[in-house]
Amino acid sequence: MRFMMIVKASPESEAGAPPSRELIQAMTRYNEELVNAGVLLAGDGLLPSSKGARVKFSKGKVEVVDGPFAETKELVAGFWMIQVKSKEEAIAWARRCPNPMGEGAEGVLELRQVAEAADFPPEVFTPEDAAKETEIFERAKRNAANP
Amino acid sequence: MTRPDAHRAVHAVFRIEAPRLIAGLARMVRDVGLAEELAQDALVAALERWPESGVPENPGAWLMATAKRRAVDELRRKRMVERKHEALGPDPEALGPTAPPAPDAAVDEPVRDDLLRLVFIACHPVLSREARTALTLRLLGGLTTEEIARAFLLPEPTVAQRIVRAKRTLAEARVPFEVPGGADLQARLGSVLEVVYLVFNEGYTATAGDDWMRPALCEDALRLGRMLQALVPDAPEVHGLAALMELQASRAAARTGPSGEPVLLLEQDRSRWDALLIQRGLAALERAERLGGALGPYALQAAIAACHARARAAAATDWPRIAALYDALAELTPSPVVELNRAVAVAMAFGPAAGLELVDAIADEPSLRRYHLLPSVRGELLSRLGRHEEARAELERAAGMTRNARERDLLLARAATCARGSGGGGSGP
Repeated sequence: MRFMMIVKASPESEAGAPPSRELIQAMTRYNEELVNAGVLLAGDGLLPSSKGARVKFSKGKVEVVDGPFAETKELVAGFWMIQVKSKEEAIAWARRCPNPMGEGAEGVLELRQVAEAADFPPEVFTPEDAAKETEIFERAKRNAANP
Repeated sequence: MTRPDAHRAVHAVFRIEAPRLIAGLARMVRDVGLAEELAQDALVAALERWPESGVPENPGAWLMATAKRRAVDELRRKRMVERKHEALGPDPEALGPTAPPAPDAAVDEPVRDDLLRLVFIACHPVLSREARTALTLRLLGGLTTEEIARAFLLPEPTVAQRIVRAKRTLAEARVPFEVPGGADLQARLGSVLEVVYLVFNEGYTATAGDDWMRPALCEDALRLGRMLQALVPDAPEVHGLAALMELQASRAAARTGPSGEPVLLLEQDRSRWDALLIQRGLAALERAERLGGALGPYALQAAIAACHARARAAAATDWPRIAALYDALAELTPSPVVELNRAVAVAMAFGPAAGLELVDAIADEPSLRRYHLLPSVRGELLSRLGRHEEARAELERAAGMTRNARERDLLLARAATCARGSGGGGSGP
């Protein structure tokens, strides 16, 4: 099973403060540990929400709101995708993570299990839906390869 | 936290720590069997303590310190016994201070070497393939005996016996705890990769009704494969195997239809292929290729799988490249089965006549006498050439040879279409 390990934002991360040298080194060691154990599938850090935007859908209307966003603690600052045997193992890996906001600061990691196609009833998630979804990912991948 | 929850948490931590713990202990006591027992003792201690005290800050160091204390006791006891024979065991102090690994130590050199030694000893050629598999999952995959038994559909005592005997064999053969050097390394690495791929295939052939532990073997093998990538980063075949497994696993969800029936590769709904695993597989293949030299058998098979993965629709498959890769594979590991696959690729790339020529060349191969895919492929090619009567006979022969009822129905239906004198909608190889 897969879990997404989500790093919650903090005032510091939202301010765009660069992480300390120590934190970068600790994170590198942690990432290596994940790779060496064969559990890391993917992961990235995110820039502050001031560099992002929201697209809101309501009553048939679409509205775009530029960042930054106020509710800092609900924002996402980064993520890992890991493949593990159980939720307990995902928790055990998360506990080994250095405090993502640096020693002494308040950091939160949220663990969420990744849904697999089998988790949706077929009438909700049809092969056609899946095809469209894949196409979108394919496009995203091409864009990532040729920025 | 309830008690069972707490125990599950302890087991999860142990699973993460077990390989490094056992590897480190094995270096100290020079006996994998004893190292594993010491690690188990440490697990038992953790199960007693942690639910009350909480998981320690550095669980790896805690487990190591606990196991080392037992090791020292064990050595003292041994020395008492052996004193009469004046055969002094290693001095307990030789184990050194119980220096724990750094809190979040990556695979630094000594740990890496310990793990590598453990990989090579678990897959040592003095052991049977079954023993190697069980020991590898136990020591490196962190699986319990019960989990291994469930995954391989075996009674638990059988697996337990297998592991005990394997450890005894290693001790009796006085297999050194070391990384093989020079020319030996390649051969020994081959044995390791074989075990990992065997685990993967065991999981891949699991069917719908099976215990979930079986398909989970694919994930265990993937994890071991990725671990090896980190441990032996300069061996192209290690990346080749990882690539092959990632790419094959990427199709797992598309391999069966709604009622559990198998779906052939070319008929699979490609939207259900896992994009992340494909990406990882292609990246691993690239690493194998970048290391240079001719591709080995795993990398070649991965390259073939990559051709399918890159094709957004079955019709877009680069068959000439697949045929060329099968040429290379047939040269490296010649076998009638590879030859049959090559024939299919050649037929797809250059037409049914070219493929049929290759199939006919292996038609009398004794090892294929009971292999239903031979007449099945031959029938398909004949049908495409408009030789319907011959095609019908071959497909019926194939139907009589398969043990899978659903496949038999499919083959008979194809034969019936041929009997009516038309090729029908050939389902491809």
